Amino acid sequence: MSVGELSVPVPQAEPGEERTLDVRDLRMRYGTVDVLRGVTFHARKGEVLALLGPNGAGKTTTIEILEGFRLRSAGEVDVLGADPASGGELWRARLGVVLQSWRDHGKWRVRELLQHLGTYYEPYGAARDRPPWNVDELVEAVGLTEHADKRAIRLSGGQRRRLDVAIGIVGRPEVLFLDEPTAGFDPHARREFHDLVHRLSDLDDTTILLTTHDLDEAEKLADRILVLAGGTIIADGTADALSRSMSTDAEVRWSRAGERFVHSSTDATAFVRQLFAEHGEAISDLEVRRASLEDTYMALVRAFESGDHDAAARSFAGENR
Amino acid sequence: MKPTTTAVRAGVARGRIELRQSFTTVQDLWGYLFPTVALLVVMVLMRGSTIPGTEFSRGTMTLPSALGVVVAFGGLVNLAQILTVEREDGTLLRAKAIPGGMLGYLVGKIVLISGMVLVSVVILLVPGAFLLDGLDLSGPGTWLTLAWVLALGLVATMPIGAIIGSLAPNPRNLGVVMLPIMALVATSGVFYPINGFPEWLQWIAQLFPIYWLGLGMRSGLLPDGMQAVEIGESWRHWETAGVLGVWAVIGLVVAPMVLRHMARRESGSSVAARREKAMQRIA
Repeated sequence: MSVGELSVPVPQAEPGEERTLDVRDLRMRYGTVDVLRGVTFHARKGEVLALLGPNGAGKTTTIEILEGFRLRSAGEVDVLGADPASGGELWRARLGVVLQSWRDHGKWRVRELLQHLGTYYEPYGAARDRPPWNVDELVEAVGLTEHADKRAIRLSGGQRRRLDVAIGIVGRPEVLFLDEPTAGFDPHARREFHDLVHRLSDLDDTTILLTTHDLDEAEKLADRILVLAGGTIIADGTADALSRSMSTDAEVRWSRAGERFVHSSTDATAFVRQLFAEHGEAISDLEVRRASLEDTYMALVRAFESGDHDAAARSFAGENR
Repeated sequence: MKPTTTAVRAGVARGRIELRQSFTTVQDLWGYLFPTVALLVVMVLMRGSTIPGTEFSRGTMTLPSALGVVVAFGGLVNLAQILTVEREDGTLLRAKAIPGGMLGYLVGKIVLISGMVLVSVVILLVPGAFLLDGLDLSGPGTWLTLAWVLALGLVATMPIGAIIGSLAPNPRNLGVVMLPIMALVATSGVFYPINGFPEWLQWIAQLFPIYWLGLGMRSGLLPDGMQAVEIGESWRHWETAGVLGVWAVIGLVVAPMVLRHMARRESGSSVAARREKAMQRIA
């Protein structure tokens, strides 16, 4: 992709903001099966994108193409200004990769492994103005300080996953791919991981593309949600925008005269206004809960699976343009 | 520092770390000690028996031959095994995700395997020298021969190991490759001089590196005159260097192509698929 294309005005992008990922009409075919049939999305510097979708929707395939581990069938892919199919070692040094299900380097101790892998990035640090992590800081950032001298094989599932994340970011990547990063995390580890992701995107301006099945997590972490189904992106927008465009109901709960009430409404504000106008002081314990991303996602996938694919795609296209 | 230099240095460091790890891992220690002890016991038991037509102990003659096998096994079988295991567990993919990681990985494996072979040779040779009589360990020629045979042997066998390790679908079916290698060891004159075998068998043995590694080791460690029981009544140094050299050249040409092809195919989903298969076998 040329610089000229980068400056093509995109309404949503603020001027001068650099696109770190740009995927257009990406297609992937295995034999006669089309796994990806025209995937288009982009990400700007420092943005966190969550890629959601049913199992087998092609999330991992998409990420692997972007990582340069898999050759695409057609379409344009641009990651940090290069085509992943021909990215060199300097390009590689600017990426971080956390894949699913690692069990490598079992005999290595945590600190030893991170120290070792960090050395590969040293010659690129100067050119990139982003030196590799200090190992002790990195170990602390992923919460493995207590386990720094353990062999990787002795770590629990969640600890091992944190080591994988640490390995993924050891070179201080500009773009980080996380394929189901929090599988096997306990709530505490999950919270710490979320803090780490925020830190990476806010302080280091790292662009992050993650896949997850935890919609709550996607909502918390992602600036933008992408839903991949049937080989295309059927939704692309903030969690809020998605739920608005899907016009999912919000839930209103209150109590009056010792009794609990629940009501679903697409316009919760108007409903609550009405409620107070009618009962005034008698209303207590008021709660308004906007539809969660999970509700929206389920509605979306249901709509998609019921064959209303094009309609679903159109309604979200509006959010993205 | 240039990135390539960094990757090579990292690879050397990697090999050293993994070699150190092999001394503190039960499974690896077993891998060092079990064959060594077994071979030493066999050699000691064979001390009384002599090579036909000589007064020379069969046990003593077996020691250098066994050293040749140790080198061939290290370069070939160990490397193939490590490579298939590390393809399956994602180590290789990890290397692919890191700048210069593949080069570092490869250098690391060369250092690791060379180190392991050297350790195996030392722990077999040192006790063997005390337990067996008749070895010629005095002259500098002995050590010089040992060094070049060892080095050339590694260069000849490691690429083959890398090729097998790249082609085998998973560590479990590496056994298919082990059988012909064991058969080759049996025909390569480790326990009996090869010239007692039918001629066609001699020819097969002489096509492969194992025989020549054994011959080279014998030429270094056995006293002058013992070449009388070898084919052509000679140590045939030129032929040894020639055959090992040809294997090395073929290997060094083919292995990078196979390795590159294998590395290109490695991806998260291929690792996940292999993991799935491995898990099914356990379940």
